[in-house]
Amino acid sequence: MIEARFSLPLFPEQASTLAPRVDALLFFLLGVSVFFTVAIAGCLVVFAVRYRRRPGNEVAEQVHGSDRLEIAWSVIPLLLCLVMYVWGAQLYFAAASPPPNALEVTSVGKQWMWKFQHLSGPREINELHVPVGLPVKLLMTSQDVIHSLYVPAFRVKQDVLPGRYTQLWFQATRPGTYHLFCAEYCGTLHSGMIGQVVAMEPAEFQRWLAGGAGASPAASGEKLFSELGCDTCHRADAQARCPDLGGLLGRNVTLANGQTLVADEGYVRESILDPGAKLVAGYENIMPTYQGLVSEEGVLELIAYLKSLPERHP
Amino acid sequence: MTTAAAVVVEQPPLHYLNESYGVRSWLLTTDHKRVGLLYLLSLTGAFFVGGFFAVMLRLELLTPAGDLLQAETYNKFFTMHGVIMVFFFLIPSIPAALGNFILPLMIGARDVAFPRLNLASWYIYVLGAAFTTYAVVSGGVDTGWTFYTPYSTMSSTTQVMPTAIGIFIVGFSSILTGLNFIVTIHRMRAPGLTWFRLPLFVWSLYATSLIQILATPVLAITVMLLGAERLLHVGIFDPAIGGDPVLFQHLFWFYSHPAVYIMILPGMGVISELVTCFSRKTIFGYSYVAFSSIAIAVFGFLVWGHHLFVAGQSVYAAMVFSFLSYLVAIPSAVKVFNWTATLHKGTIEFRTPLFYALGFIGLFTIGGLTGLFLAALGMDVHVTDTYFVIAHFHYIMVGGMVMAYLGGVHYWWPKISGRMYPENLGRIAAFIIFLGFNLTFFPQFILGYLGMPRRYHSYPEEFQVLNVMSTAGASILGIGYLLPMIYLLWSLRYGEPASDNPWNATGLEWQTPSPPPRDNFEHTPVVTTAPYDYPGREVVVD
Repeated sequence: MIEARFSLPLFPEQASTLAPRVDALLFFLLGVSVFFTVAIAGCLVVFAVRYRRRPGNEVAEQVHGSDRLEIAWSVIPLLLCLVMYVWGAQLYFAAASPPPNALEVTSVGKQWMWKFQHLSGPREINELHVPVGLPVKLLMTSQDVIHSLYVPAFRVKQDVLPGRYTQLWFQATRPGTYHLFCAEYCGTLHSGMIGQVVAMEPAEFQRWLAGGAGASPAASGEKLFSELGCDTCHRADAQARCPDLGGLLGRNVTLANGQTLVADEGYVRESILDPGAKLVAGYENIMPTYQGLVSEEGVLELIAYLKSLPERHP
Repeated sequence: MTTAAAVVVEQPPLHYLNESYGVRSWLLTTDHKRVGLLYLLSLTGAFFVGGFFAVMLRLELLTPAGDLLQAETYNKFFTMHGVIMVFFFLIPSIPAALGNFILPLMIGARDVAFPRLNLASWYIYVLGAAFTTYAVVSGGVDTGWTFYTPYSTMSSTTQVMPTAIGIFIVGFSSILTGLNFIVTIHRMRAPGLTWFRLPLFVWSLYATSLIQILATPVLAITVMLLGAERLLHVGIFDPAIGGDPVLFQHLFWFYSHPAVYIMILPGMGVISELVTCFSRKTIFGYSYVAFSSIAIAVFGFLVWGHHLFVAGQSVYAAMVFSFLSYLVAIPSAVKVFNWTATLHKGTIEFRTPLFYALGFIGLFTIGGLTGLFLAALGMDVHVTDTYFVIAHFHYIMVGGMVMAYLGGVHYWWPKISGRMYPENLGRIAAFIIFLGFNLTFFPQFILGYLGMPRRYHSYPEEFQVLNVMSTAGASILGIGYLLPMIYLLWSLRYGEPASDNPWNATGLEWQTPSPPPRDNFEHTPVVTTAPYDYPGREVVVD
C-alpha cells in the first residue's frame, strides 16, 4: 500500500528497440555534463575559498588571458559536440526510416482523442494494440489542430498535423501497457488526450485482431470509391478519362509541368482534396474537389483501397 | 547658543532624483536614469504578476488530478505566465532597466543618443502592457506563449487578438531601445574609450541590440499574419483554408530563438562586471568574451529550426539545424571558462552580487549543457515538449537571466539609489533563491525524461513525488524573490548612504557621485586604460 502511494520512478521503462539506443546517448551526454558541471563548480568553489580576500591576499595577480587555453577550451568541447551531433543524427535517421515490412496502422488525432485503425479492420480509440517483435508504422493526420503522438517507453514522438501525413514507427520489445500522450498543446483537454499502447505477444495480438469487428479499411475504401463516383473516371478500360490507380502508391509519376514525384500517401490525399494541384501529364484538370465530402478517415480508407489494388498493365 | 559652524546648513548635492519633483517630472523625463527606473518599476510589476501565475500552476500540480483550477483556467495561466515573463519581463529586463541606467554612465556620456525616443519606448511598453492586461482581465488567453497555429487562429475562443496586439506593440519598444543603444555606443563614447576599452556589459548590450532591431520585426510580421488569418480568414497557416501550420513555427522561432539570446546576453555582460569587480581582477580573455557575444548573436539567427525536430520538417533540414545548434554552444562555453579563469588568483570578496554571479555560472552551465541534449536529434525526439525542456530553459532564463538581473540590481543599487542594501540579508536571499531554484527545476529534468509532457493540467500518479518537490522548491523560491523586494525598498530610506564607489570598481559609472547628477558627469571623463584595470602584478601567459 505504501509502495503504491509513494512511487518515485527515476528512469522510464525501455520497451522498444530504439529505447536502449536513446538511453545510451543519454548516458554519454550525462557523463559529459556531469564532468563539466563538477569541473566548473569545483573550480568556482576551490577558487572562492583559496583566493578569498584575507590578510596576505589583498592584491590579485593580473592575467590577461591565454590564446592556447582559449583554443583548447573551444576545440575540445567542439569535438565532443560533434560526437553528440553524429550520434543524435544516427538515431534520428533510424527513427525516420520505417522498415518496408512494418505493420501499418492509421491514426487520426482530433480534439481530444486518438483514433486508430488496423489494416485488417479493428478500430480503437485512445488505445493501440501492437505486437511485440514486429515493426509497426503509424500513418497519422489531424482533423483539427496540431497534436503530437508520444510514447515515452518507446522514446518516440511525432507531431500530427492537419492537412498532411506524418509517420512514426517503433518495434516494441516487451509486452506491457505503456502511456500514450499528446505532447503538442491542443486546447482545453490537452492533458486528457492520453491513452495507452498495449504491446502483446504476436500470437496473442493475432487473436486480438481476429476478435475485432468491422470492415477492413481497404473494403470500406472500395465502397467509398464507388459511392463517391471515383470509378466512373478512374478505370482500366477504354472509357477512362483519368489515370488508372492500380499500383499507384510508390510509383514515379510525371506531372503536367514536367516534374516527377513518387506517389505517396500525402500526394494521393492532396489529389483527392485539391485535384488540380499536381496534375498528371496527359490528363485534363476535370476532377472536382472532394474537400468536405470525405473525412480524414475516408481518405485513409481510399488510400488503403488503392494500396490493395493490383498493378494493371494495359 | 550656536556657533558659526552649526548654522551653515549644508545643501544636499543635486542629483537626478532630487533635481525636480512630482509625477510630471517623472512622466515627462528624458533622463536615461529616470527612464531606467520607470522600466525597473514596471518590470518588477510584470515579474510579480507573472510569478503569481507560476505559483498557481505549481499549486495545481501538487496533485495528479486537475482539482484546483479548471483545465481552461490552467491553460490560460500558463499562457499568461509565459507571455508576461517573456515579453514584459525577461526581454526588457536588463537592457531596458539596468542598461538604460548604466550604459551612458559606463561610456562617459550625458545620456543616450535619442533621449525622447527612449522615453517613447517606455510609453510603448506601457501601451503594450495595457493591451495584454486588458486581455488578461477580459478572460485571458489559452494558446501558450508560442501561439501555435491553427489552434491560435481557428480553434481558440479566448482573447488571442488583444494579447497579440500587446506583443506587437511591445516589440517596438524593444526595437527602439536597441536602436538607441547601438547609436549611443557608436557615437557617444568618452574620449579615449575605444572599442576594446569598453566594459564587457557594453559589448553584450551591443550584441543584444543587434538582435532586437533585426529579429523583432519578424515577430511583428508573424503576429500580423496571425491576425490576418484569425480575423479575416486569409489562409496562411490553417491547411483547411490553404495555409501551412509549420510556416508559423518557422516564423515564430525565427524571432523567438534569437530572442532567447536577447534574454541571456545582457545577463552574461553583467556577470563579466561582477566577477571582475569582486575578484579585483582584469577579465581573462577580454576579446574572446567580447566576440563570443557577437558570435552568439550571429549564430543565434541560424538555429531556429531546432524547435521543429518533431514538427515534420525534412530530415536534412533537421540535421543542419542540429549542427548549427552545437556551434552556438561553443561561445557560451568559452564565456563560462573565462569567468572561471578570472577568479583564479584573484582576491575574492563575498558580497551579494558575487553570490548571484557564482549562482549564475553554475546554473547557466547546467542550462547550457542540457541544451546539448536537446540539440541531439534522436534525444530531442524523446524529450522535446516535456518537462525536460521546461527545466532546461528555466535554468537559462531564471537560473541565468534572473540571477544576473538581481546581481546587477544589487551591484548598481548604491549608484541608483545612493544607499547600500543590507549585506547579510542580501547574501541570505541569494542563497535561498539558489536553493529554491534548484529544488524547483532539477526534478523537472527527471520528470521530462520519464515522459511527462509540458502544459498538462493533470498527470499520471507516478509523477507526483517529483512534482511535489518542484512545488516545494517554488515556494522557497517565491520567498527568496520577496526578500530583495522588501529590503531594497527599506534601504531607500534606512540604508547606509553609499559612497561614490563603494566597491572600489574601475568603471566610469563609479567615478561620479551616487546618485549621479542629472548630466552624469561634471566633466567629460577621458579614458586612458583598458577596462578592469585593477592593481596587481601583471603576469603574461601565452
